[in-house]
Amino acid sequence: MAVIRPRPPRPASILVGKAARAVTKLRGGSGSAFPGLVVERLDPGFLASVLAQLPRGVVVVSGTNGKTTTTKMVVELLRGQGLKVFTNRSGSNFTRGVVASVLGEISPRGTLEADIAVLELDEAHAVHFVRAVAPRYSLLLNVMRDQLDRFGEIDTTAGMLRTIAEHTTQGVVLNREDARVARIADSIQGQEIRYFGLAPELRKHFPSDDDLHVDTAAVGQPTPNHSVRDLCSNSADSEPKSCTDHALSENEKAPYADVTLTGLGTQQGTFRISAGNSTEEITSELTVNGAYNTYNAAAALTLVRMVLGEQIDFDALLRSLKEAAPAFGRGESLSVGGQPVDLVLVKNPAGFRLGLSSFSAEGVATMIAINDNYADGRDMSWLWDVSFESLAGQGVAMVSGVRTYDMALRLHYDGVPVDAVEPELVVALDEFLAAHPQTPRRIFCTYTAMLALRKHLGSYTEVEAFN
Amino acid sequence: MTVPVPAAGAGVAPTVRQAPSVPEASSKLGSSLGSIGSPAHLSAASPRPSRLKEIRVLQLYPRDMNIYGDYGNALVLKRRLEWYGYTPVMLSYDPGDEFPTDPDILIGGGGQDSGQDRIQADLLGIGKRLHALAEQDVPMLMICGLYQLFGHFFETREGSRISGIGVLDVETYGTDKRLIGNVVAESDQFGTVIGYENHSGQTYLGDDAAPLAAVTAGEGNNQRDAHEGARHRNVLGSYLHGSLLPKNPAIADFLIATAVQQKFGDQLGELAAPQTAPLPLDALTDRARHIAASRPR
Repeated sequence: MAVIRPRPPRPASILVGKAARAVTKLRGGSGSAFPGLVVERLDPGFLASVLAQLPRGVVVVSGTNGKTTTTKMVVELLRGQGLKVFTNRSGSNFTRGVVASVLGEISPRGTLEADIAVLELDEAHAVHFVRAVAPRYSLLLNVMRDQLDRFGEIDTTAGMLRTIAEHTTQGVVLNREDARVARIADSIQGQEIRYFGLAPELRKHFPSDDDLHVDTAAVGQPTPNHSVRDLCSNSADSEPKSCTDHALSENEKAPYADVTLTGLGTQQGTFRISAGNSTEEITSELTVNGAYNTYNAAAALTLVRMVLGEQIDFDALLRSLKEAAPAFGRGESLSVGGQPVDLVLVKNPAGFRLGLSSFSAEGVATMIAINDNYADGRDMSWLWDVSFESLAGQGVAMVSGVRTYDMALRLHYDGVPVDAVEPELVVALDEFLAAHPQTPRRIFCTYTAMLALRKHLGSYTEVEAFN
Repeated sequence: MTVPVPAAGAGVAPTVRQAPSVPEASSKLGSSLGSIGSPAHLSAASPRPSRLKEIRVLQLYPRDMNIYGDYGNALVLKRRLEWYGYTPVMLSYDPGDEFPTDPDILIGGGGQDSGQDRIQADLLGIGKRLHALAEQDVPMLMICGLYQLFGHFFETREGSRISGIGVLDVETYGTDKRLIGNVVAESDQFGTVIGYENHSGQTYLGDDAAPLAAVTAGEGNNQRDAHEGARHRNVLGSYLHGSLLPKNPAIADFLIATAVQQKFGDQLGELAAPQTAPLPLDALTDRARHIAASRPR
């Protein structure tokens, strides 16, 4: 298709932006938002003009959960195919963050040395972004209750993803198992649509918000916990009534998925991949762990297959798949004193429940750190939509963060014993590590709590720099 | 150890309940806490149902109106009922269901616009029944979306009116401004009320509704007056999520005390909550309230 090349970026904006980035970094910032803001003001068409140079265009990854890890996997899969990939890997998933990332890599004459850009974008910012820069492909992961205090309603968020799809020029990858995402297909005209999906028997591991109080069955927990389900079912009925008829009915007439996750193991996944009229089933070791990240791998595979088409080197794809590492804080494992410290980022009910169900609590010391800064979401309501009863046997060793007492209260009402509460993250981390030197440790944390904990973990062990 | 709960037919229960009886009761129930309310559990417990005082908690429309953690309200009622020595029976009602008999406490939550659309016709269908329960002084707590629909109507920005059931004398008008953030409000009966609001409909009280509380931080019902929530008899409406009841046990205990007084003539005894953290439940609650009240909007 004909691409009209916008005017080149103004060299002045590049210089000013690079200077702003250097200054921000000198002052100890992550070098993301401020320089982006400066350039946006100076040269609103900056991003479009730079990204339009890329021969394979722009790919956008959006959705509530899993953006960062999925984007990272897509990037690694594409790099494994020999492509030079530009990405906003710092987790700066706002337009200004993308501008800042571009400034970091662009030459003073305005060339970005890359074949393709793969960008992780926050839903609301993606809407602005795609109006300025139409992506060639987009991958839409899921719509879950998250940051409702910013966007208002889940249906509003779904509408944002729809806008991204409508502005995508060639192909859209959709999550077949998320009814709101799958429905986006209805408003796409002309672009190719592909789906990634789950084998029916795995769907119970991936509850959507519509089944929030229905199915708390967990990986490694064969007996579902019925306490929450009962609130949904009418005790006058002889059988528990499904609360999700409206959600499940979507699956029955589900379209065919390009890549289907059919098996889950410990750091292992089995994927059924369509190949012409037949299918191929591959089982791969994975560096990422948890049910969630394994499903993200199916999403990444679908997108990469769409982007590369016939040119794909399948063996190289499998090699990259095996080696793709999780993004920081998303199932990241560090080692302190010879024992692992796993960081699990939690930011919404579905994510927290998946975090709890993906990893067994047995033999592990657990810490939970909940902040309510803007980036975490100020509303604590979501904690009440997560069942913590799987932690009741083992207990929670430490609760920390600004909202320590909200979390401790939540655990109390679920009958989960708590050993210690300490709002100060640094103090809490020191005490937690000191109290449990001989066991693996797992920390569930919100975004800003994770940043603080990671920083302090740097005094114990080597931690990959953020950004 | 025995559980000194009066047998059925014993008439009016003692006015002060024996709080120490509860640990035994709750540990007995503890192993099966998870399944209270399920048909299987109820039949399993049937050998001695007469010894347990049941309070039936009915959640309205949990399938479509359970966003923003309103489930926490159900959980808090369930646990506190246990800790006060009662047996909670958790019920739910979704569109098309048979309406459960004799609910003692009714609660309802907020939903998305689409959820509200799905339940509205059904709600009008059970409106008469809910009016009757309200006039019998049955305690109810309706949050956000169901608070609005317990009023007379919700008028959209385009001017079309979605009928409510009018149990509360309030009217709600859709706006394009979403009121979002932490809220602190003062109530004569419940003290400082703490929660989190997220709504674009703005609600105004008629003469027959009393405000639940007066807002000191945040917006509450609307941007014009300082009212938060509404009350008619024992029906409470509120915009506050959070969930509301965990950080406002005074409201939870009002619902419970009213229900046990009506059903058994009981005065609420002492709360025998187990201590499972370095601080007891009331200290955790106080600190959570204190922090929440100090956070930015």
